Amino acid sequence: MTHRLARALFTAILLVTCCHSLHAQRPPLRWGGDAEGGAPFVEADPADPSRVRGFDVEIAEMIARGVGREPRFIQVAWSSIEQSVERGDFEVGMSGLEDRAELRARHAVSIPYYEFHEVLAVRPADRGRFRRLSDLAGRRVATLGATMAYQMLLDEQRRSGLVPISYDDDVHPYSDLVAGRVDAVLLDNIIAERSLRRAGGFVIQPEPAATGHYVAVFARANAALRDSADAVLRARMRDGSLERTFRRWGVWSDAEGDFFRRTLATAPVRDVAAQAPIERASPTSGRALRTYLPALVRAAGITLVLSCLAMALAVSIGILVAAGRVYGPPVLRALLTVYVEVMRGTPVLLQLFVIYYGLSGVVRLPAFAAAVLGLGLNYAAYESEIYRAALEAIPRAQLEAGRTLGLSEGQILRLVRGPQALRLALAPMTNDFVALLKDSSLVSVITVVELTKQTAIYATNVGSWVVPGILCSLVYLAFSLPLSRFARALERRWSWG
Amino acid sequence: MSGALTVSGLCVARGERKILRGVDLCVEAGEICALMGASGAGKSTVLRSVAALQPFDGGGIDVDGFALRPGPVPRESRLKGLRRKVGMVFQAHALFEHLTALDNVTLAPVHALGWTREKASAAAMTLLEELGVAHRAAAHPRELSGGESQRVAIARALAPDPLLLLLDEPTAALDPARRGALGETLRELAGQGRGLLISTHDEDFVREFADRVVILHEGTLVEHGPAADVLDHPQHAATRDLLRGPESRPAAP
Repeated sequence: MTHRLARALFTAILLVTCCHSLHAQRPPLRWGGDAEGGAPFVEADPADPSRVRGFDVEIAEMIARGVGREPRFIQVAWSSIEQSVERGDFEVGMSGLEDRAELRARHAVSIPYYEFHEVLAVRPADRGRFRRLSDLAGRRVATLGATMAYQMLLDEQRRSGLVPISYDDDVHPYSDLVAGRVDAVLLDNIIAERSLRRAGGFVIQPEPAATGHYVAVFARANAALRDSADAVLRARMRDGSLERTFRRWGVWSDAEGDFFRRTLATAPVRDVAAQAPIERASPTSGRALRTYLPALVRAAGITLVLSCLAMALAVSIGILVAAGRVYGPPVLRALLTVYVEVMRGTPVLLQLFVIYYGLSGVVRLPAFAAAVLGLGLNYAAYESEIYRAALEAIPRAQLEAGRTLGLSEGQILRLVRGPQALRLALAPMTNDFVALLKDSSLVSVITVVELTKQTAIYATNVGSWVVPGILCSLVYLAFSLPLSRFARALERRWSWG
Repeated sequence: MSGALTVSGLCVARGERKILRGVDLCVEAGEICALMGASGAGKSTVLRSVAALQPFDGGGIDVDGFALRPGPVPRESRLKGLRRKVGMVFQAHALFEHLTALDNVTLAPVHALGWTREKASAAAMTLLEELGVAHRAAAHPRELSGGESQRVAIARALAPDPLLLLLDEPTAALDPARRGALGETLRELAGQGRGLLISTHDEDFVREFADRVVILHEGTLVEHGPAADVLDHPQHAATRDLLRGPESRPAAP
């Protein structure tokens, strides 16, 4: 009995050790994608949100199995997939990545595994007049930032003065189209058809604006793995498993079969831009800088104007809230305390989402106005605390002296308490303004392209953060350093009072 | 001489604690009345009640015909008559830190009384000159010595030309020479026909400059009379304790 138990135990240990060493020899294949992109690419499995599903998930599994490894999914923001794969966070990046010349110039890229079309979505009433991009001169057209479609819109902007609006996700372009915030959306047909099924309210123009391909991306140094993956993809095209996957996700068409046959008939193209659907200048740093400099200057202007307006709003509301909390009746004081605590206790990102998207059923604010309002209301809570503390720091005896001199409460606030409180508040206010300048980068989530967002677009295009990062930092410092100096000078000048 | 201030049966309670238990006192125009008593006897409470900075629970206060009743402090708009009659000098002076000495003095005349800036400035400079601090008119409070800021505070309180001047512990932070100078100044103010009510611990100051003295003990007026009489022949045990206390000089032999 004991003997048998010991043998069973031994076998179990042996099994575990074997499996373990097997795993040690073949580490899982880490692949990165963005589950926020959603179905049919990659989405969290509704039945088990810790798992992902989608055609990109299945293709990643095919590649992993094909090279004798287990797939392991790594969540990564869509716009960071390229940088992360080059950093080595994972070995394969997939998530509806578009084949582009710059991608091939910077990374090892697989053969295309799916052909898609950029299609134009418009409101039903505009079906007749907005048929193609050239019909949309002066109109607002939305798409996902840092994509082929966004580049097409930028090119069209130069030609016809169309206004590109960049989003961080592919759902809100369509809801804003239906809401009337934009006049058209240019995106991949898969995304457009998905939105049409889920929400509707718009139509897709039949004539594609461009054709593109999805690819998997690898680190430049990892070309060997890319070659193995290419072999796996070709085999799965031949044996029909890729077709079955695409059919299962409802994105198969006969044209896709033609594309497979064409792909299998040609040798893989590696480094030239022949496969790139859109011709674009190779982004050497100097040329890209010249191209992007006007956009960066404009974005810096937006950051500055946005911050100044938001701060003006924050100061005005902050003064009223502070006055209400110091002088108001108890009910008002309680309400204002709730306001301050809610604004300070929840992320400004969430507040921006609520103001822009959450309230769009009640009031449809333009993105810039929503950004000013969101940042202003958030910072008003912080400003009001500064003013309240400053008001309460003025000695009570001075206020009583004002009363015995016959000054009214209003006069005491205006002539005695206010001016001294303002001096106490100025330095912390200036610090808050510097913080606001930097927090203004958050408004890119509601489609305002400010300095940081423009820098990210620039960096994605040149494939490096070095020059864009330095430029962007210099601009922020040029804004904030004088302010800090100003605050210190004020503190010195008013150190007596 | 007529009554600048009449306090009758003044009662102040804070919760269960009775701070003033029916205090009667009056200050005639042209006299200096000293309010003495140990710390916590209720001196400041009397001054603050008269200045309508805090409510009182019983009795009455009359300043040259303006009557204050028990209950909450009336709104400032209903106290305008009182504000012109009563000036107050706070113990820590409470000057407006962001304004120059001159602007401290002109603030109330310009904004509460509606004088032109020229008229208010001229009047303020006269006051600062009388008090010997005209040369500091452009200085900010932080730059003034203790004695100088007290004189600016007195000038500020005098700017609306009040009949009654209240001073809370004016001698507390002064050296003997400055104390004497302050006493002379206060005598001049009384000479102009104002009534002065001063809370103080300073027996010598009272003996030298006050006309009358009122002794408070635990919220009750225990003794009052001409300063020399009360100080030289204290009738009440509390007065004798007060005069022997550590805050006053040892009694003369």
